[in-house]
Amino acid sequence: MSAPAQAGFGKVLKEWIFTCDHKRVGILYLIGSLAAFLVAGLMAMLIRVELSSVGPTLTANPGTYNVWLYFHGAAMILGFQIPALTGFLANYLIPLQIGAKDVAFPRLNALSLWLFWMGIVLALLTFVIPDPPDFMWTAYPPYSIISSGNTAFYTFTVLIMGFASIAGGVNLITTIIYMRAPGMTWSKLNMFVWCTFAAFIVQLIFVPVLGTAVTMLTFDKYLGTTFFSPGSGGDVLLYQNLFWFYSHPAVYVILLPFLGIVFDVVATFARNRVFNYKAAVYGAIAVALMSGEVWIHHLYASGMPDWIRIGMMISTILISVPVGVMMISLVGTLYRGAIDFKSPMLWALGCMFLFLIGGLTGIPNAMSAIDLHIHDTHFVVAHFHYVMAVAGTFAVMAGVTYLFPKMFGKMCNEGISKLGFVVTFIGANVTFFSMFFVGLQGMPRRYFDYQQFPQFQGLNQLITVGAFIMALGFLIVLISWIHALVAGKKAVDNPWGSRSLEWTTSTPPGPGNWAEVPDCTNFDPYGYGSNK
Amino acid sequence: MLKRFGTSALAVLTVLGACSGAWASAAGGAIKNPAANWQHLWDEMLLDITIIGVVFALIIIYLLIRYRRTQPDQEGNPPVLSLAAQHAWVLIPVFLFMADDLFLAARGWNLWNDYRSVPAGSYEVELKAQMWSFNFKHPNGVEESGTLHVEAGKPVVVRMTSADVVHSMFIPDFKVKEDSMPGRVTYLWFYPEKSGEHVITCAEYCGMMHSGMHGKVIAMPKDQFQAWADAEKAKIATANAEGGKS
Ligand SMILES: [Cu+2]
Ligand SMILES: [Cu+2]
Repeated sequence: MSAPAQAGFGKVLKEWIFTCDHKRVGILYLIGSLAAFLVAGLMAMLIRVELSSVGPTLTANPGTYNVWLYFHGAAMILGFQIPALTGFLANYLIPLQIGAKDVAFPRLNALSLWLFWMGIVLALLTFVIPDPPDFMWTAYPPYSIISSGNTAFYTFTVLIMGFASIAGGVNLITTIIYMRAPGMTWSKLNMFVWCTFAAFIVQLIFVPVLGTAVTMLTFDKYLGTTFFSPGSGGDVLLYQNLFWFYSHPAVYVILLPFLGIVFDVVATFARNRVFNYKAAVYGAIAVALMSGEVWIHHLYASGMPDWIRIGMMISTILISVPVGVMMISLVGTLYRGAIDFKSPMLWALGCMFLFLIGGLTGIPNAMSAIDLHIHDTHFVVAHFHYVMAVAGTFAVMAGVTYLFPKMFGKMCNEGISKLGFVVTFIGANVTFFSMFFVGLQGMPRRYFDYQQFPQFQGLNQLITVGAFIMALGFLIVLISWIHALVAGKKAVDNPWGSRSLEWTTSTPPGPGNWAEVPDCTNFDPYGYGSNK
Repeated sequence: MLKRFGTSALAVLTVLGACSGAWASAAGGAIKNPAANWQHLWDEMLLDITIIGVVFALIIIYLLIRYRRTQPDQEGNPPVLSLAAQHAWVLIPVFLFMADDLFLAARGWNLWNDYRSVPAGSYEVELKAQMWSFNFKHPNGVEESGTLHVEAGKPVVVRMTSADVVHSMFIPDFKVKEDSMPGRVTYLWFYPEKSGEHVITCAEYCGMMHSGMHGKVIAMPKDQFQAWADAEKAKIATANAEGGKS
């Protein structure tokens, strides 16, 4: 009796597993990255409970704590943020925004998706293998070489994720260049398309460097090479340089797409043109160009020569210039708009606010002399959570709530969604604003305990309370999604009244997206106000 | 050389920062305490970023209230920017941001030079960091682990390396840290003006007991420090003598 139902389910499963459709690939990226987000978020909660009192709290074994911290960092960046932005959002949105039937190489797209999923499975095996990595997501040698943690495991996870993102980058860059609908000129592209395009170019240039660095690490540990071993002519700083040569630009691989989606969400809900669009586009390109010449700011306290520490202090501070230009365009998009505070807009505005605080607190970090005190303290942790981690997560939330009706044909309940946003926003600020203070007073990062600083317990408890509020907020968001999937109202094709091309499809869009390729000769993604 | 180049570039950049009066004087024989100047620059920068942040936030809040949607089918009425206006909206902010950035960079450079120029006559200590302790060696051969006894009122320079992995010597009270690593000798200096105790803690992840790797700078008055150093030295001599006898 249940055979037909099972056959139906099996068929659907088969369709999804063997899919080459960019929308399904995007949604599968979303599911994988949310899995990473949930587990890495759970690790964050364990970390915060551990730090809520001086001395051992949750575990007496610092090694266990170090694995949580490793997993939190590695999974949040490589498993959640980069795939959610350049995997899910880019795959789902770019073909729809440029008027393409799919990406340029749909099978390659499926390959990168399943490579990414292999990476997620490998990463989750951290909790199963007997020797989980404990050397943080940075894996600095010599520690990562002498550690009993499994360095090869880390290397392969990074390499697989790296392969996935290189294949994805090649694919989407080609798609943007060659598959735009007739009439869709470069100056008509959505900000999200431009920003992601810039991010993919950064990704293609720098991911191989990370791959090289971690491969050399594994060679050193298992094959007896001595790239990073000073006793045999190697250099420990070589790794740090290679690592940050990738990992600073990686910040912009996250930043650019998240600003891009925030631009599009703000334009839609303000029903307004992006203010000074061309300036914002050039700003994104300038950020991408400058991203590769600032990495030494991670090595201000690492004994690099003074001239390069000063040089990269200046280049680091100057990257605030194109970012500032983009911010002016973003804020200007509100000017003479018609702003509607629906939940995607709230997430986008929350992201702007977090990014403002994160960006500005980056300036003291950029100053090499100031950094000598705050480097590797919780001040830096607070800063990068504001500017990248939490702001990026808010942008992903904005993107998911914005696209939810298009993806699943259901509307989220505005009340639950808004509640989720408000709780998360309060929690995020309690957590990370307090973290600035404890860091400024000298609490180093990656600490299991702080018995040398018993005076920090109060602030740490406040941070932990904030983390729980934030977790509650995300839980409400999750509930709002499940609720919408099960009992959400049916969505119309263009529920937000957007002018952007993705909303001209049926909901949810079928294979090939449009019955015929749309003609974009008179199209303008931000053509608001022209009905007067 | 770097310093001279820095100073001349500084002169150019001074124009940008003419509004701010309080410059740490570069001349004079007195030892400039980087920790004090750190605080000074920090306060200035905090004011700077707070003003930018508050201005941005207020503008955003104003726009959100002023241009909220009142009818469901309302659309924005975007301004049409002339070519000149488009350029002005880039060039003016770029100029302002760059002026502020370069002003801060110049101040930062100045402070950086203070941090990296060890005053003549500093007390020189060697550090060999290891998992998980700070091991110091004084010029008279006395070694200690965890604590670092120094003379108050005299600058201290620590030349450091590591026996195993990368560590970082961080003294929050003196607003300074520097990584110590195998294969390289790095340094930091600090100026304990008064006697007192200050936490030293490891700031670069170094494995299992990273957070347990800490110690203390103990700054003592000159005569007390001398007495301590002599007593420690005598202990070594006695130990050597006893070792020789057996
Ligand atoms: Cu960076
Ligand atoms: Cu250490």
